[in-house]
Amino acid sequence: MRVRTGRWAGRAVLVAIALAALGAIWEVYKDWGPTDGVKLFGERILPRTTAAAMPHLADIWHAFGKPEIGGAISFGSTNTVLDSVVDAGVHTLRWAAVGFAIGVVVGMLLALLMNRLAVFERALMPYVVLSQTVPLIALAPLVAKWGQGWSFWDRWMSVSVIAAYLAFFPVAVGMARGLSSPSAVHADYFRCSAAGWWQTLVRLKLPSSVPFLIPSLRLAAAGAVVGTIVAEISTGLPDGVGKLILDYSQQATGDPSRLYAAVIGAAVLGLAAAAAVTVVDLALWRYHRGATSR
Amino acid sequence: MNLRRVGVTLLPPIVFGVLFVGGWQAFVRLEDVRTFVLPAPSDIWHSVTEAHSRIVTAAGHSGLNALVGLLTGVILGVALAALAARLPILGGAVTPVVAALAAMPIVALAPLLNNMYSPLSTLPRREVVALSAFVPVFFNVLRGLSQLAPVHRELMQSYAASQTAVLRVIRIPNALPHFFTGLRIASSLAVIAAVVSEYFGGLQDGLGSRITSSVGASDYPGAWASVLGSVVLGLVFYIAAVLLERLVLGSRATSPV
Amino acid sequence: MTEAEQAESGAVTAPAVELHAVHKSFTARRGTVVALADVDLTIERGEFVSLIGPSGCGKSTLLRVIADLLQPSGGEVQVNGKPARRARLDQDYGIAFQQAGLLDWRTVQANIELPLELHGVDRAERHARAEELIELVGLTEFARHRPPQLSGGMQQRVAIARALAESPALLLMDEPFGALDEMTRERMQNELVRIAGETGAAVVFVTHSIPEAVFLSDRVVVMSARPGRIVNVVPIGLGARTDDTREAPGFYAAITQVREALRGLPVPQTVEVGVSVENALRNSAEGAL
Repeated sequence: MRVRTGRWAGRAVLVAIALAALGAIWEVYKDWGPTDGVKLFGERILPRTTAAAMPHLADIWHAFGKPEIGGAISFGSTNTVLDSVVDAGVHTLRWAAVGFAIGVVVGMLLALLMNRLAVFERALMPYVVLSQTVPLIALAPLVAKWGQGWSFWDRWMSVSVIAAYLAFFPVAVGMARGLSSPSAVHADYFRCSAAGWWQTLVRLKLPSSVPFLIPSLRLAAAGAVVGTIVAEISTGLPDGVGKLILDYSQQATGDPSRLYAAVIGAAVLGLAAAAAVTVVDLALWRYHRGATSR
Repeated sequence: MNLRRVGVTLLPPIVFGVLFVGGWQAFVRLEDVRTFVLPAPSDIWHSVTEAHSRIVTAAGHSGLNALVGLLTGVILGVALAALAARLPILGGAVTPVVAALAAMPIVALAPLLNNMYSPLSTLPRREVVALSAFVPVFFNVLRGLSQLAPVHRELMQSYAASQTAVLRVIRIPNALPHFFTGLRIASSLAVIAAVVSEYFGGLQDGLGSRITSSVGASDYPGAWASVLGSVVLGLVFYIAAVLLERLVLGSRATSPV
Repeated sequence: MTEAEQAESGAVTAPAVELHAVHKSFTARRGTVVALADVDLTIERGEFVSLIGPSGCGKSTLLRVIADLLQPSGGEVQVNGKPARRARLDQDYGIAFQQAGLLDWRTVQANIELPLELHGVDRAERHARAEELIELVGLTEFARHRPPQLSGGMQQRVAIARALAESPALLLMDEPFGALDEMTRERMQNELVRIAGETGAAVVFVTHSIPEAVFLSDRVVVMSARPGRIVNVVPIGLGARTDDTREAPGFYAAITQVREALRGLPVPQTVEVGVSVENALRNSAEGAL
């Protein structure tokens, strides 16, 4: 145990050093780099170092404490940028969670369907793969128009649909692989025991798909957050982190540090979503194969 | 592959595709769905033939961004993975940072980079693409380079082979299939990132911009036509990656299709 | 003779392997595990010796200590009259494992050339040597094939050919036939006896199979587990071996002897080794008479 905590501490120190190094590079370039950036063949390949283009890290940090400019964004009682970012983050996370849930359910159902009937696997799998090879997320501005005929449809639902689209794929593929992962020995044993499809599913296939499902869920969670933010921006849905990024970027020429604060907020959301899956992962440790937790 | 096998593999997806498009057309026509909700495939096709040359031009801009960014990201990914595999300390420091990057919405960096360079530059977009493509290449190459079967490790040790020899004879050939897996994922992500990063402002010359401006002008079949254009662009990149894999690896290729 | 030349000639006549009081322990989660304790063994040039014993008796560990893939915790290991490390750097031995460990992206020929290539042998010489070896292991038609196209037995032959590439005086084999079916296994045993005879290499052969050890070996070294020690050394004198050997009374007698040595485990250590060495000496003397 002591050895393990020691190794974790060592890793944490390494990561801290890496982040500190990145920060140092930023600051050094900001202070010593040419104001108009570095150009090669007339194209700027290193950024401008003016305060408007590259704020100091300390300024970004302080940006969280700055008062929110009234009028541009109205968040009721909120008053600092940090409050705005947190508030927007909660909205985005909620939409992402709905999208994630839909994506996981759809992905699992698809995987079950493909596992049950080979013809579905042959018919659907190429499209499942295709759906992620091509930028169907470009549909986001169009999806916003869906549901306009239904009274119960709210705009955020379109955003969750897009999040679900990015989340379903890793789940469908990971789950399909997991369901077909039990060895022939196990499958034969269940057949010999005259176990039905349902029993085989619950007692053999589902438990053995857990190690495949967990990394898929992590990808799906990150995908749901990305999908939500992209969809917010392309549908113009207010209150979330995506819209906040867009609003701050319009004020960025004056004060870019708010924009950085919002982007950092988006990054933290992605990490939080992935971390949430890790909690599920730890709860399901029993189903990991041997010591290899992937 | 004999004719029967071709039939068994290709027939189900073709039948499904035809049924899907046919069902879509029938649904839109019979239910009289309004075009802003869902245009009929025939309307989209009509729009494609009409705006054909403009879509191709926009696809050229987005495609070039995707290509330049992809190449940059692949080179960075391979280089950093090689360093991380060679220097475990560096690997320990960099790998968690890249893993965190993978969970973040990279396209959200687009407005930030626009601000750092210039909103009229293509570079911010290409950097977003490069960063998106870098992640899967880095992880796959690192995995390929780090895997060394115990039997191969002992064998090379018995030959008193240097680390460089192990790298050349075993690690690099071992990592090649992993590299192509990463490249395949990266090639898809590159097109997606190139199109989506256009939604965050900046130059308005690519497919993503065409989609938003068509929606703004209530030309919904036109927007769908540009979506179709980006689908084709994505397929071109993916198929190119698959063909390259086939060409280099031959029978060792693992990719579908 | 200069000293260097004496040393050189000394190396030529030195035993293939000399182990003195070799000890190996591993640090595991719960304390220390003794894998090898007080192992003394001398293997003459050209001699075929099998190591046999229950799982965990340290026979594979012993092989890896000889190969300098593992460092002993104590004692002395000499290969060809040199320290094990020197012998490894000089490529004095070839090695084959249970897994063939071939490189899938290389042809059979290129796999066999691998050690030669790594040690800077020029292309023409590499080709010639590889062709010779491919013929020796009977794979002439498959020189251009790649490992995934070959059966398990054929892959093992390639691994053996690769181990022989640099004409080593010593061949180390860790259950090389362990994953093969019985028929293939017997055929491979016949071939190995022939190859060992033709090349004149000493062989250290780790196995689980009593008949295999008896058929192949000049001496069978019986080991016990926890800690791994040599408990008995059974000399075998089957002479020239053919398929008929497997049905000869001497074969069965030797099998019985080894089985009893294995069954007698665990036995008081110090006495047994002494006795068995004496027995071995007496038996070999009788054989000479």
